[in-house]
Amino acid sequence: MRARRRLVHAVKRAALYVAALAFTVLAVFPFYWMTITAFKEDNDLYIGATVRTHIPWIFNEPPTLEHFQYLLRETAYLAWVRNTVVVGAAVVVITLLLAVPAGYALARLTGRWGERLGIGIFLTYLIPPTLLFIPFSRVIAVLGLQNSLWALIVVYPTFTIPFCTWLLMGFFRSIPRDIEEQAMIDGYSRLSAVRLVVLPLAVSGLLTAAFFSFTLVMQDFVYALTFISSVGKMTVSLGIPVALFRDVFNWGAMMAAALITSVPIAIVYNLFIDRFIAGLTAGAVKG
Amino acid sequence: MALPDGAQVVVPPRAPALRRATLADREDVLGRLLLAPAFLYVILLVGIPFVLAIMLSFSGARSGTLSFDWVGARHFRTIISDAQFLLTLRNTLIFTVASQVLVMILATTAANVLEVAFFGKRAVRMLLLLPWAVPVSLATMASAWIFDSTFSVINWTLRALGLFQGWIYWLGDPEVAMLAIIIIHVWRMFPFATVILLAGMTAIPLEIREASVIDGASFWRRLFHVNLPLLLPVVTVAVLFGVVFTSTDLSVVYLLTRGGPYNSTHVLSSLAFQRGILGGDLGQGAAIALFLLPVLVVVAIIMLRLARRTEVGG
Repeated sequence: MRARRRLVHAVKRAALYVAALAFTVLAVFPFYWMTITAFKEDNDLYIGATVRTHIPWIFNEPPTLEHFQYLLRETAYLAWVRNTVVVGAAVVVITLLLAVPAGYALARLTGRWGERLGIGIFLTYLIPPTLLFIPFSRVIAVLGLQNSLWALIVVYPTFTIPFCTWLLMGFFRSIPRDIEEQAMIDGYSRLSAVRLVVLPLAVSGLLTAAFFSFTLVMQDFVYALTFISSVGKMTVSLGIPVALFRDVFNWGAMMAAALITSVPIAIVYNLFIDRFIAGLTAGAVKG
Repeated sequence: MALPDGAQVVVPPRAPALRRATLADREDVLGRLLLAPAFLYVILLVGIPFVLAIMLSFSGARSGTLSFDWVGARHFRTIISDAQFLLTLRNTLIFTVASQVLVMILATTAANVLEVAFFGKRAVRMLLLLPWAVPVSLATMASAWIFDSTFSVINWTLRALGLFQGWIYWLGDPEVAMLAIIIIHVWRMFPFATVILLAGMTAIPLEIREASVIDGASFWRRLFHVNLPLLLPVVTVAVLFGVVFTSTDLSVVYLLTRGGPYNSTHVLSSLAFQRGILGGDLGQGAAIALFLLPVLVVVAIIMLRLARRTEVGG
């Protein structure tokens, strides 16, 4: 009986590890493929078309950095990185300037109608680029911002502001009211109390909002595709898939670019994901 | 947020008499002032374009000019009798439903695995999130290379393992191409749904689950009578976001197949882009994209009901 129970336990553990391994392989395989492609000689990448015995899973020739060198020297990759950083930084600043006061007001000052309005603002996050890129193309044309990074700087806050307002509202709510009320009893106005007491406590919330604004900007492909046409003004998300594909056999450089762009952001993402989920599920999960 | 132990907020007291009350001390006024900039931004750049989207769909607007002439429901009549549009509508539906069903199956399994403590769990969770964290256009390019018609590693492996001797032209055959698109959506969305479900599961009070175990409820009974009903709100959130992100996605289809082969894999967003932006017929593009609106309205209504429920209950 005891041995049987132990056996059942062992089988359960084994099944658990097999399942965990299977999920990991499923999630990671494309990144493995990206990596091995980025470091392979061209010959090693393409010989499989004619040589049947060639094994694509491993390095048949020593790894090479030639795709990275090509990417940095002969493509506009660095310009795309710079454009992404410039647009991302501008959007983060605009978002924080607008979403911090709004999130605080919804959390503390507006009561019941504020709650409704907060939900309303969050719902605008659900209006997708797909519905808006056509009217935006008209708006951007009227503003004369076609093929300009300004178009992206103006448009991206339309999804970062709703999301961050909602995120920060939840964050400010979790800070005890007593703290700023104490400062107000001590004679500070509400605004100074917020500046001196609440904001320093909210640093991690502000960082989270800044990080997600930046990643949402990096994630966008649709607006960049709609507004930006010259290669030098593209962001990474647009430039890598669209402008790197001049030559059909350019997979090495393409995967090299995808790798060095996506892996850093994916790693940092893990530090913030729980707050992101807490923001999205606020209301559905009682924490 | 809890303050760290021992943390104290020290602000020097200040004499109350020195400061005169200003308008900013009236809470309702201050609240409105702080809200106004964000609110205006959203009204100006989401509200107005949204209305414009509807107006454009009734106009003969083209890109390149700023003209705006009313054509009534002409675009809607055109596209409804357009076989390409109907196929596109069907594709959008298939992609969304098929990928969400698969996502929820995978995510429920993964969340149940990740809930148990085991060695290496943190690493697994971190790796599992990669597909969701990576910019979608880059992930799609990696998939395009994996599904390449000459060099597909999947084909090579199937053949090497002796499972399938033929050669699958992943992106060259309409049905297989649709399968490829669904695979990418599932791969990308299931980590996101897993994390949402995990958050929901950890929020179920442990006593409830322990009680059901002690009372001798079987695994399935616990699943259907205890865990799932308690998880329903969070499952709903995961499905709603999944539906919105999948049904409106343009990047995957545009980069993987461009709607091909023979325009057989278009979805509403990629067809709207092709006709509205590339073809320059803004009016028709807007009309096509507008067919996503019913989905979004339904999602918004369910979200509102969820929010109200917790407002009352919590």
